Amino acid sequence: MIESMRERFTRVAGDLLAEDNRTVIVLAVIGHAAFSQQGLVGRYPKRIVDVGIREQAQIGVAGGLALEGFKPIVSGYAPFLVERPYEQIKLDLTHQGADAILVSVGASWDSSGSGRTHLAPEDVTLMATLPGWSIHVPGHPDELEMLLRHEHSLGASAYIRTSVDLNSRPYSTAPGMISTLKRGSHGSPTVLVVGPLADATLDAVDDLDVSVLYSSTPAPLDGDALRALVSGTDVILIEPYLAGTSAARVMEALAGRPIRLHSHGVTEPDLRHYGTPGDHRTAHGLDAPGIRDFVLRSTATPAWHAH
Amino acid sequence: MLHTQPSQDIESRVEFGYEELGGFMSAMMGDEKHSLAATSTLDVIWTLYDRVMNVDRDNPRNPDRDRLYLSKGHGPMAYYAVLTAKGFLEPTDLAGFGSYNSILGHHPDRLLVPGVEISSGSLGHGLPLAVGAAIGIGIAERMGRVFCLLGDGELDEGSNHEAIAVAGRLGLSRLTVVVIDNNSSILGWPGGIARRFEVEGWTATTVDGRNHDDIERELTGHRSGSPHVVVADVGAHRD
Repeated sequence: MIESMRERFTRVAGDLLAEDNRTVIVLAVIGHAAFSQQGLVGRYPKRIVDVGIREQAQIGVAGGLALEGFKPIVSGYAPFLVERPYEQIKLDLTHQGADAILVSVGASWDSSGSGRTHLAPEDVTLMATLPGWSIHVPGHPDELEMLLRHEHSLGASAYIRTSVDLNSRPYSTAPGMISTLKRGSHGSPTVLVVGPLADATLDAVDDLDVSVLYSSTPAPLDGDALRALVSGTDVILIEPYLAGTSAARVMEALAGRPIRLHSHGVTEPDLRHYGTPGDHRTAHGLDAPGIRDFVLRSTATPAWHAH
Repeated sequence: MLHTQPSQDIESRVEFGYEELGGFMSAMMGDEKHSLAATSTLDVIWTLYDRVMNVDRDNPRNPDRDRLYLSKGHGPMAYYAVLTAKGFLEPTDLAGFGSYNSILGHHPDRLLVPGVEISSGSLGHGLPLAVGAAIGIGIAERMGRVFCLLGDGELDEGSNHEAIAVAGRLGLSRLTVVVIDNNSSILGWPGGIARRFEVEGWTATTVDGRNHDDIERELTGHRSGSPHVVVADVGAHRD
């Protein structure tokens, strides 16, 4: 059985508690059971702080700990970690000059059966409004571990978004890198896919003349790498959250070039349907057939014929 | 009290008394003579810096210092006046209050003002931060206490009630809250403000918010094992 990102997170957080006595885990119930089962709550009773179901206090407490020189790692469900206490993230961390790592579970459609209250495909867009935050969307537990250890060693502010969806293998071997998964001919369209949709995207475009680039770090986006790797006019951005979230950063990286950007992602955050994560991927057009359809539609009119 | 190494320029350090505070506030506000009675937080902040807190302008980041988290960041002139009297600010800093290049705004910024522990202004943020700081000081096994100053109107914000519960359950005895009560909560607090804290396991007391001896006694009178709140009654007025 493959280890989930959530399991890997708990294990690596335990390592960071052992390796650095400035590490403090701040929870609002979610995740407590996993830390307890690993024996970590018993081993670090002071440095695993659970404030109960109080997400405003969760971020405020993390801010106070950061002001005292600690390195808080704050974890919870994306809508309750990022959306409910957004002002606390803005003021209790960023405005204070205090840093923390936020690690969310429950990405986009992970909690499909729970409906809208537990779905937050807006999280990356929202976090990207705050200055100074790195945003990571790993596609594999190995990437999650690399990114979490990297950000902890930096002591900067980072949002790391774990998901139930995984790629079959890690595609990123250094924090923030953009890697090439498939090389098309010179001038062919470039597909930039973020995080756990890489495998579905590779399936979708297997027989098409396109390049596929991969990133697990939408912010800051590696603009130098993107400029070096994009050779054509059509750029297709595929993100497992709100469509167009990284569009401005992609266009900024490619400024001065004649680029047609096609952004694919979640366009209807409230489907008013339950079911499985697979049902939701299909509904959003983010399974392999949906991604293939989007790529074909985006490239149906050659750029030089576009008006 | 922990004493730190005196700095070289201790001779040149100028401190001012309570009677100078009105002049400092006038320098900020441009009025001729500022009435100290019109400022609800002044006596508590003065007493904290003059008699209660262990702070040293020459070693402002001493990990064993006491911290004041001014959650009620609105109307910070009294705070700036006391920081000036205690040597964290120069009297010449006050004149440009609120102007573009001034370090002193209508809400304080910890990255701009020496001695300011938190940036505040939006209500309901200081106490959760203070709870985190008190937890941190406990983990680090340091000496410092965290004082957090709120307004009774600010207490309406639900984030405070999350923090009151957390501090009570965790028994954060390093934490002391002062609620400046000037009857500005629109819907009021039936049964009294202190009760809100007591049911969560805090010790609580209510004092005359203008009487320096009473304020000093209650701010140093906390018992071990639980956080402490002092409700400072300053009468009904706005500032």
